[in-house]
Parts: sequence; structure tokens; C-alpha cells
Amino acid sequence: MAVELMKGNVALAEAAIRAGVEAYFGYPITPQTELLEHMAKRMPELGRAFVQAESEVAAINMVYGAACTGARAMTSSSSPGISLMQEGFSYIAGSEVPCVVVDIMRGGPGLGNIQPSQSDYFQVTRSAGHGDYHAIVLAPASVQEAIDLMVEAFDLADEYRHLVFVVADGLIGQMMEPAELPAMKPIRRPRGDWALTGADGREKNIITSLELNAPDLEELNNRLQAKLAHIREHEQRSTEMLTGDARLIVVGYGTSGRIAETAVKQARREGMKVGLFRPISLWPFPEKRLSALADQVGAFLVVEMNAGQMLDDVRLAAGGQVPVTFYGRTGGMVPMPEEIYDEIVTQYNKLTTSAV
Amino acid sequence: MHEEIIFAGFGGQGVLFAGQLLAYCALAEEKHVTWIPSYGPEMRGGTANCTVVVSDEAIGSPVSQHPSIAVVFNNPSLEKYEEPVKPGGLLVVNESLTVAPPTRTDIEIVRLPATALASELGDTRMTNMILFGALLARRPLVQVATVEEILIEKLGARKAHLQEANLRALARGLELGVAQHA
Repeated sequence: MAVELMKGNVALAEAAIRAGVEAYFGYPITPQTELLEHMAKRMPELGRAFVQAESEVAAINMVYGAACTGARAMTSSSSPGISLMQEGFSYIAGSEVPCVVVDIMRGGPGLGNIQPSQSDYFQVTRSAGHGDYHAIVLAPASVQEAIDLMVEAFDLADEYRHLVFVVADGLIGQMMEPAELPAMKPIRRPRGDWALTGADGREKNIITSLELNAPDLEELNNRLQAKLAHIREHEQRSTEMLTGDARLIVVGYGTSGRIAETAVKQARREGMKVGLFRPISLWPFPEKRLSALADQVGAFLVVEMNAGQMLDDVRLAAGGQVPVTFYGRTGGMVPMPEEIYDEIVTQYNKLTTSAV
Repeated sequence: MHEEIIFAGFGGQGVLFAGQLLAYCALAEEKHVTWIPSYGPEMRGGTANCTVVVSDEAIGSPVSQHPSIAVVFNNPSLEKYEEPVKPGGLLVVNESLTVAPPTRTDIEIVRLPATALASELGDTRMTNMILFGALLARRPLVQVATVEEILIEKLGARKAHLQEANLRALARGLELGVAQHA
């Protein structure tokens, strides 16, 4: 495969195709519409299903239906559309069927605007719908990582029969960057033995999130929670840079993590011992590694394109051992490296002062 | 080498294409590159801009508060992007569609009547190639041969009849960019 200049949204779509997605259902919304457009063109070419649904509510329920048959199914949207899909997410999680959802986040709340944002962190990492569960959430910081995580998302969804989000923002969705696509995977066969494939010659399978009997529903919840505990133990992902001797570690994911990288390098050039920790899985949050880092640093600085959401997870992981401060921009504003650098200087100087 | 370039002008002036052309050329020369368009609702008939980062190293931030180069196609863009250019940076100005000359003295400035020149060459839509040529004259971010090759490739068979005019526009921009430097 060759390195090509690709737009994030198109790369996500083509990566899903290469990963063997059999059915895409969606409804257009900026800043992710190029993803849907690419699917509209490519899926029929390949004899796979593409449906532009009448609404986001319809789209997610179509995904639910396709996923019940054991097909690799997905949808994509942006923040307000993701809100509309929440009931479907919950049914999918409750029914334990695999599917992948892309959220290209934009400024909120409400209709907000179409500029880049990370304002859906709480929404996607806490439960993404009503009920008591977490979805797996992956957050790429480049077009290449978007491709890689898209493929991985389908594998994780299948492995755990669970809902997996790939979340980015308008900036990654619209950005063009050199990246390499994987080879086309064959469509997965056979379907899982749990799937609705026609009960001829076997016991019928029932897929539902309805359980009216409380003890039975509790047992179902226990099983779901045991699965989530396993995911939490085994699927934490992160990357880091210059953390070895760092006194201050900047924590950021996706776009803000990437912009922070430039600020961290600048701080290093100025002689400050600063590192970067970039969560790749937002749920499960990479708490194990971050807790270990809390033992060796003086402070964490969380940078997000929201008013402070992952901040809570960093605080929990830090366990009160070191100060956790925050810098964020909202409403579709993207923090510039210079702003983050200035904040690094402020926080770093506090550390130096307190050490004296 | 690490340059952060903003191309800015009206929608329809080929601003985004100029940035993409640079990005494709950078990729062809195996440099690291990112391209980001402004994608707000203001694009419809209004201002358009894109940011390109070209570097020998992996790129962290694809956004820039203080670009090292700004190529401005019209007056609103000049008003917006003259000030943020890094000291020692480069400002390429389309004199045809700007009112007053830039006032900064701590940056390099190239001014050329790109739209008028494009018109002389037969099509105002080649304004972008003239400005692109002037940019390359001052900052050889990529080789001219690469630009010519990629330009031909991107114009494709459907726009093959525009090849020659675009290459002439590029050459005119290069020539004037060099001339102003002397």
C-alpha cells in the first residue's frame, strides 16, 4: 500500500471498508459528511449496504438491526446527531451486539457550531446512553491513527460484542495528511453463533435488551459488568513522549494532545522537564499508566477542547498525589501551541517555586 | 526545515487548491505535511483559507498562531494575516485586490498584481499559481519540477487544456518573486 494524502473523514470511511464493514447507515451532518459521502460512493460499488436514513434515530436502529445479524455495521455523526442516537446505543449495549460509531465532535451545547471540539467526552465515555455501561472509546490524533483505530474498533467490537466509538473532531475530520491504508480484509465469515442468521436446524437465538424480571436483569447486568471489568483491565491504550524525567506532564488526547506535543517540545528546548501523555482509549481510561506516572511527577496539566471533562479521569488516576491543573478552549476554538506553552510555563514555575 | 503557511482569500480564487498543491508536492518529496481548510459556513461565497505545515520532522500542531509564511489573495486576508506572521517570515501579497501596501518592516514582503497578471495570461483563476510561484521564489519549500509534475497530475485529463497556462502562470510568479528579491 502507498502513502497518500488523505482527509480524515475519508480515511475513516475507507479504513472501515478495508476492515470489512458490510453495512453503513447514516444521516449527514457537518463536520463528518465526507465520511458518509465516501460510503455512499464506495459501499454500492462493493455490493455492500449504504442507507442514508431519514434521521439519526433511524440510522442507529438500522445499525442495531444489521449488527444483530452478525454483520459488521456502523454509523457516523457529529455531536447533536450522537445525542439523537443515544437510545439506540443503550439498546445495542444491552443486547450485546457489536457495532462501531464515529463521532466527529463539534462545538456545543445545543446546535452549537461546526468547529472542532472535544465537548462530547462525558457523553461518550460515561455511558453514551441511559442505563449502566460504558462504551469502548478510541481517540485518534492523526489521519494515520484514525485509520489504524478504525480497523481496531471493529475487532474490539467483535471480540467483546460491544459498542465501540471512534471519536475525533472537525479538525482531524477535515485535515489532509499523508497516511497508508491497510489491505482489504475479507468479509468476516461465518457469523457469530449468537447472531440472527435463520434458525433452520438449530435452537433460535433471541437478541433483546428487554428483561422484565428484576433478578434476571441483575444477572444480565452482572455479566455485562464482568465483561466491562475485563475490558478495563486489558484494553487501556496510551502513548507518551519525554515523560522519563518529566516534572510536569501535559495530558491531552486527539487534536489537543497533538497540539500540546508542539508546546511540550518548545518547553524542552527552553530547558523545562516537561512530557506529554496522550490517552488513546478514553474508555477504558489509561489509568494504570497515569497512576504510575503520578508517582514520579510534580504535577499534571490537562489540555482539552472543552471546559474540563477528561480532567475528572486524570484527577481520579492521580489519586490526589499531585496537583492536576487544566487549560481548555470551548465553543469550537482550537488552542494554539503558544497558549499551551504559556500555561506550561506558568505551571512549571509553580513547581520550581514550591520545590525551593 | 519547518514552515507554517497560511493561504487566504475569497472562495473561488483557488486558495484551498494552492495549499493542497503544496501538500501533494511535500508528500511527493517525502516531507511531513498537514493541510487544514477553514471549513466554517463562511466558506460559501466568503473568505477561504487553509493552513499547511511542511516539515522535515513529524508534525505536532497542524494549526498555527504565527505562521512563517502568509499568502494573501485579497484585502480582508491582508488585514487579517499581516500582523500574525512571525518576525523574519514572508508575506506574499496580491497587489491587484489589496488596498494599501503592508506596513511591517520585520518581515519579507513580495507584492505582485497577481490577478491582473493572470488576466493577461488569459484567466484570472490562475492568480493562485502566480502567487504560488512567487512564494517558491522566496522559499524553495519544494522543487519547481515537483510542482510542475504534481500540477499536471492534479489537473488530470479533463483539465489538460489548462496545463500550459497554469505552468506559465507558475513561471511568471517565480520570475517576479526572484526579480523583487534582487
